[in-house]
Amino acid sequence: MTTSLVDAESILVLDIGTLHTRALFFDVVDGQYRFLAAASAATTAEAPFYDVREGVHAAVLQLQEVTGRVFMDLEARFIVPTQANGDGADRLLVVSSVGPELRIVTLGLLDEVSVESANRLATSICGRVVESIGLNDRRKPEVQMDAVLRASPDLILLAGGTERGATRSIGKLVELISLVCRVTPVEKRPQILFAGNQVLSRKIKEILEKQAPTQVAPNIRPSIDVEDLSPAQQVLGQMVMKIRENQIGGLQTLAATTNLPPISTSQAFGRMIRFLSHVYDPQKSVLGVDLGSAWTTLAVGQGGKLTLDVLPHGSGRGLGKALQHSRIEEIESWLSVHVPQDELRDYLYQKSIFPHTIPTTNEALAIEQAMVRQILRLSTMHLQAQLPGLNHSYEPIVISGGFFSQLPLPGQAMLAALDGIQPVGIGIMLRDTHGLLAAMGAIAPINSILPVQVLESAFENLGTVISPVSDSRYGTPILKVRLEIEQGEEFKLEVKQGALVRLPLKAGQAARIHLEPLNRTEVDPRRKNGGSFKIIGGLCGAVIDARGRELHLPDDAPRRRDMHKKWLATLTS
Amino acid sequence: MIVPVTHISPLITIRRSRLLPEKGQVFVRAGQKVTATDVIGEVLLPGDHLIVDVRRALGLTRPGEAEKLIDRHTGERLQKGDIIAETSGILPRVVRSSADCQIVAIANGQVVLETTPVKHAIKAGFNGTVTEVMPERGAVIETNGVLVQGVWGNQQADYGLLLVLAKTPDEELTRGRLDVSMRGAVVLAGHAAQPDALQAAAELPLRALILASMSADLIPLASSLSVPILLIEGFGRIPMNDAAYQLIASNEKRDVCVNACSWNPLTGDRPEIIIPLPAAGLETRETAELTPGTRVRILNLPYQGRIGTIVYVRPGIATLPNGLHAQVANVQLENDEVVVIPLQNLDVLE
Repeated sequence: MTTSLVDAESILVLDIGTLHTRALFFDVVDGQYRFLAAASAATTAEAPFYDVREGVHAAVLQLQEVTGRVFMDLEARFIVPTQANGDGADRLLVVSSVGPELRIVTLGLLDEVSVESANRLATSICGRVVESIGLNDRRKPEVQMDAVLRASPDLILLAGGTERGATRSIGKLVELISLVCRVTPVEKRPQILFAGNQVLSRKIKEILEKQAPTQVAPNIRPSIDVEDLSPAQQVLGQMVMKIRENQIGGLQTLAATTNLPPISTSQAFGRMIRFLSHVYDPQKSVLGVDLGSAWTTLAVGQGGKLTLDVLPHGSGRGLGKALQHSRIEEIESWLSVHVPQDELRDYLYQKSIFPHTIPTTNEALAIEQAMVRQILRLSTMHLQAQLPGLNHSYEPIVISGGFFSQLPLPGQAMLAALDGIQPVGIGIMLRDTHGLLAAMGAIAPINSILPVQVLESAFENLGTVISPVSDSRYGTPILKVRLEIEQGEEFKLEVKQGALVRLPLKAGQAARIHLEPLNRTEVDPRRKNGGSFKIIGGLCGAVIDARGRELHLPDDAPRRRDMHKKWLATLTS
Repeated sequence: MIVPVTHISPLITIRRSRLLPEKGQVFVRAGQKVTATDVIGEVLLPGDHLIVDVRRALGLTRPGEAEKLIDRHTGERLQKGDIIAETSGILPRVVRSSADCQIVAIANGQVVLETTPVKHAIKAGFNGTVTEVMPERGAVIETNGVLVQGVWGNQQADYGLLLVLAKTPDEELTRGRLDVSMRGAVVLAGHAAQPDALQAAAELPLRALILASMSADLIPLASSLSVPILLIEGFGRIPMNDAAYQLIASNEKRDVCVNACSWNPLTGDRPEIIIPLPAAGLETRETAELTPGTRVRILNLPYQGRIGTIVYVRPGIATLPNGLHAQVANVQLENDEVVVIPLQNLDVLE
């Protein structure tokens, strides 16, 4: 169906990542918004360039070559809006994940309430909580003050006080922050966000703004049993980008030419996951996984509510942090080939020095895939700690990031995600092949039609995954499956505990699947007794992952490696 | 494709900024000659703090009342026992300083005192000449000589006479190879796999240890030692590239400055070896294009650490044997073998 677009506009998005800068171009073709082209160059935020515009320039020049359209004039200035001769783009936007880990200090009243919420708020940005102070903190005020000073924060998050609740205790924390700022040189003072009792907002802003840039946001803990991070996340995201503009050479100048202020990749990514949570079953959660070089973002959307969890673990620059939190045996357990532990450790630490390198041998690729599974495990466990009630049943799971998009076989990407995330129940897995999700999240506020129209073509459907949960022993039948392919054959099979099965469904082919759980198996938290429903085949057909939750790998290394190979063969053959 | 370069340069002009973390004192002037260990500036970083609540101590109700009684100002130095505030009357109540300190803030009837600031000094790091002074911030030091950049360091720095221990670029360092005659020297060795070897270097002690590579499981130990340890290639059994080995080895018995800092691409800090030479150096560039004729080091298996020259950058994207896609170049190794390497896996050497 063709939609009439009265205010049709072309959009150029500059996606500045830790390692790569991409220029993404969207325009209207045949009355529909389309993603037309992308070009990439190395990010130049670091030495010896210290200016992201070099990388942006290189990426846009390449985009010009690809599209034949001119986006910059002879003085390398962006042409916005589109000129009569067709040069330029109507809108220019920037999304960025580049920058060092931000140091965050959180302050609140009760440790298990506002301090915990402030800590959770902190996990929605590329940062680390380096100091945390609550009312139960028994240290003397000067010791607390020294702790904050030594933490040298970029950001202070102050929460506490339910609506119309405590005010006096908050005053003490404000006093502490104020003193910290007074003894810190002006150029090193942190930005401050207050997201507590709204009665105090104006007064606190007035007091603290004299010392350091201060923002206020809606209360993240409006009552003792209600947490609402979303509005504060948005304000915090904007503050982060302001810090980045001061940290990253060229970003501020670039920001002056864009139609909206730059947005962080994780926030833009999260915005699209929240949107998807409106589109899909509001009773189920949408999971977005964006695995970058320096950061991994997990975004969970449910009925329009978003949880963002950003971790400093990545497949390149973030490898060092991931290694600090992993035992070498854990990484080794994901290997499909034999690599001695010393060599495995050496390879990964070497990769952390040269994060931009790509594996050229099968063995090196196997190591990097094993590490990604470990990073996904770490991230999933962290998410579980943030959202204790999460049941890991998602519809859909969207996987994004350079690692996933570079894998040549869709089955490699799906298996890595299944191993790492270990979802339960029934859900589709989608791959953001061109890495467009964050760009569309950046576009959404100025053009809500574009993401809707581009979304479908942005994803590769890897297939429906059914992950039943059963206590049965390995090899016990747990599920009877009947697959009726539309205008085609019918297949029947019995799935045993421990198996990974690919159903014979081609990409795009529709089928009706009938599931009959055996031996107290739970097919899905919301469809405990199975039943029948329609599915569409993805690039990996449809998959039943009955390997168990949590997935226990054999201790015997040769047998374990054989199983990894067998599972990969199942999804890639 | 424009990329940063790694310097393995026999004679260039080397300029390095040495900056204080905060405003402080700079002790050098432009044109002054400095040695590696000369302190060129220092700053007093904040020590511990004491918060004196004058309002509470004097039993007052309003902060404003307390502030009127504080007869001190921010920046003032106090000795232990000095009066900070006192009430009037025949029997005044007083608040005294409990330590030698400086007043750093007065607010809301509270006085913040800073005790025992921590002195932080910056050294020149190599023998050279001060070419620019940034008042209160630091200076730029310049010299001519050899520059070899490494990939990892244990955050220590020192300088001394160079001794070449490794007969070949891949020789393994063992405790037995180090002896007392090397005490106080900067030693060039090959690969370290045993903790014992690093411990021996610290025990002697050496002034610094330059290695081709090291097992990654030695990172915690190496990071805890005060002897500077610098890796030219990285982790794993990687022989030192021939260009670096020949260049460093040919300067045996010269004074070598080893800055084994960690590599921080955001700040541009990189572990490096500087050997000042009494000759005019060439100006150098920090970026280069991956074009035919460019000398490169291969960063990844199976040719890791080998040096070659780009002979052809293939247009478009190639498929690698493992199925990944990348832009690649034909690289002629020093033994004339031509291999195909992704551009991302090449490091330009200058």
